[in-house]
Amino acid sequence: MKVLAAMSGGVDSAVAAARMVEAGHEVTGVHLALSRNPQSFRTGARGCCSREDAHDARRAADVLGIPFYVWDLSERFAADVVDDFVAEYAAGRTPNPCLRCNEKIKFSAVLERGLALGFDRVATGHYARLLPGPDGVELHRAVDGDKDQSYVLGVLGPEQLARSAFPLGDTPKPQVRAEAAARGLLVADKPDSHDICFIADGDTAGFLSSRLGSQPGAVVDTDGTVLGSHEGTHGFTVGQRRGLRLGVPAPDGRPRFVLDISPAERTVTVGPREALEVRELEGIRPGWTGQAPVAEWHGTVQLRAHGEALPARAELRDGRLLVRLERPASGVAPGQAVVLYDGTRVVGSATIDSTRHGTTGARDAQPVAAR
Amino acid sequence: MSARVYLDHAAGTVVSPAARTALVEGLALTGNPSSLHASGRAARRLLEESRESLAASLGAHPGEVVLTSGGTEGDNLAVRGGWRARRAEGRDAVAVSTVEHLAVAATAAALAEDGGRVVGLGVDADGRVREDVWDRVDERVAVASVMWVNNETGTLQPLDRLVEACRRSGAWSHSDAVQAVGVLDVDFAASGLDLLTVSGHKLGAPVGVGALLVRREVRLHPVGSGGGQERDIRSGTVPAALAAALAAACAEAVAGRAEHRRRASELTGRLLAGLAASGLEGWRRNGGGEVSPAVVNLGFEGVRADDLLMLLDAAGIDCSTGSACSAGVVQPSAVLLAAGADEATARSALRFSFGPTTTAEDVDALLRVLPGAVRTARRVA
Repeated sequence: MKVLAAMSGGVDSAVAAARMVEAGHEVTGVHLALSRNPQSFRTGARGCCSREDAHDARRAADVLGIPFYVWDLSERFAADVVDDFVAEYAAGRTPNPCLRCNEKIKFSAVLERGLALGFDRVATGHYARLLPGPDGVELHRAVDGDKDQSYVLGVLGPEQLARSAFPLGDTPKPQVRAEAAARGLLVADKPDSHDICFIADGDTAGFLSSRLGSQPGAVVDTDGTVLGSHEGTHGFTVGQRRGLRLGVPAPDGRPRFVLDISPAERTVTVGPREALEVRELEGIRPGWTGQAPVAEWHGTVQLRAHGEALPARAELRDGRLLVRLERPASGVAPGQAVVLYDGTRVVGSATIDSTRHGTTGARDAQPVAAR
Repeated sequence: MSARVYLDHAAGTVVSPAARTALVEGLALTGNPSSLHASGRAARRLLEESRESLAASLGAHPGEVVLTSGGTEGDNLAVRGGWRARRAEGRDAVAVSTVEHLAVAATAAALAEDGGRVVGLGVDADGRVREDVWDRVDERVAVASVMWVNNETGTLQPLDRLVEACRRSGAWSHSDAVQAVGVLDVDFAASGLDLLTVSGHKLGAPVGVGALLVRREVRLHPVGSGGGQERDIRSGTVPAALAAALAAACAEAVAGRAEHRRRASELTGRLLAGLAASGLEGWRRNGGGEVSPAVVNLGFEGVRADDLLMLLDAAGIDCSTGSACSAGVVQPSAVLLAAGADEATARSALRFSFGPTTTAEDVDALLRVLPGAVRTARRVA
């Protein structure tokens, strides 16, 4: 098989490529240049777009003895991931750019270009498993639960999954590092990347302010009392506790959390932890890794990267996905994905559009409107 | 890796056997050419013999040969060193064509940091400096630099017009001739140029050595400071063994240039005729009618050059896109953009370049895979 190995310059994608070579495939390495102004050198674990990462990917390809190229996807990335990220925050939502990158770049732009050029598969270092099933290939959680990245792959459809390879899904991370060292890959000790690759210094609020400017507004409690001010709703995420900078303590002395963000009114609503609890949510743009469920579905859902699996029921209604959680979840942020699992198998996903408290309370009577 | 079909001689050609022998023999000498003892004198003798040989090959006086680390250093010395030498005369500008290699273009642009100006000499649709721009080389220009042969397209530049404009205005004339030596008849004295850059690895010497020819009346300012070993223009211990390799390669290349031209013209004709006969549509040769026979720059409609390069690479063929950034991202050709091409066209060009070892079989191997590779690359949306 002719395999295009996406090589970020990190240890995971290097070992993934090595395994494809060892399996006898004809492997070509590509590093995706995503940033328009690549940082020369990484700081800490941040950044996946730096010149140093391109260098590390190239050196890994040398060790593996495979051809290596750098593909410039910076324009697509800027439009489909970065601009989308900013627009989502501007709309009061909390997007997951890695998921968007997988959907729009790695398993779309790169995959399509690879297929056109005669490749059969795109291989990445994601921790997830592709297993044969009765109706075709199935996407499953990785064996290493701490590293599992099936959540950010939940947007992929059956055609994309059939053209993908995730060679690391059956291996715990420490073993991948040991394997990298044993194979002579110099990136064996390179730190994992955690942050948003296009915000090199990790200052998301600063990045958003530079793009969106200052849009001052009020921080209010659930009955509308003004508690403080802010420089822009894009600095907040539902469930956030830190950095609210409220001069007045709550009457009961307990910590307050962001409950709701309304860019139109420029208000951020805060309240007690219980008010964050969500029992129902609605997702838009549902997508499925295989067949869409026909009747009410029962399984578990994950509501954020590295979040826990929560038992839930779901159904499609007028193209929207309605999800009812069996136990309340806290701090569910619109813009994040709800990914549906049947055991370890990813069934599909949707983008969280609105949430409901689901018990008696102020927000129950007036569900958070779809924005 | 199986045998490669190497069609990227303009990036770096094979080290000639004579250069290899000269290098190895030179490495056997112990000593620094600047030392005063017998060993030092032996190294100095090899160095000066190499300089004399190089001068003879290029139509220069030995005193006009400043040995360098390669083409980029030579261009830096000529452009920056020339500007520094003459700004006190009120010559605060350098004039450079808009299709120069970055060794000249970026050096000129960097002079702005020190208060310098860049006068651009625009080109026509073939990438040749236009007739109507030469009066821009005026009394405020310190150095005017126009390459002999364009590195991407092979286009020959009107150096006689450069020399004429410089004589009229009093500017120094410089030409980066790294793609010309060994192909065209490069004679420094006959050219009338004040400064000419040569690079070793384009003509059969190893990477890491080159020369700047500096007419004796021209006093450049140094760019780097140090011992001033080369005419007080260039500092650093001169590698006698590399100089010997450069001299040997240059002598061979110059002696063989008429034959190389003839063979390269045949290979170019074979490639163009073969492509025409293949039925492939939507391709053209860039660079116009007056081009080096050793460089064939082809544009393919609806293709991204980096896709095509990858497909050819996989098929065993080495060729080149215009340029890539330090991370490896292929850029649209600045030369084609300067010649008025749109960005898609500037991204669609590949350069094939021939050297003394290139054979008709190499061209035939390219012709067997190129049309199919272009069709595949066109499938990319």
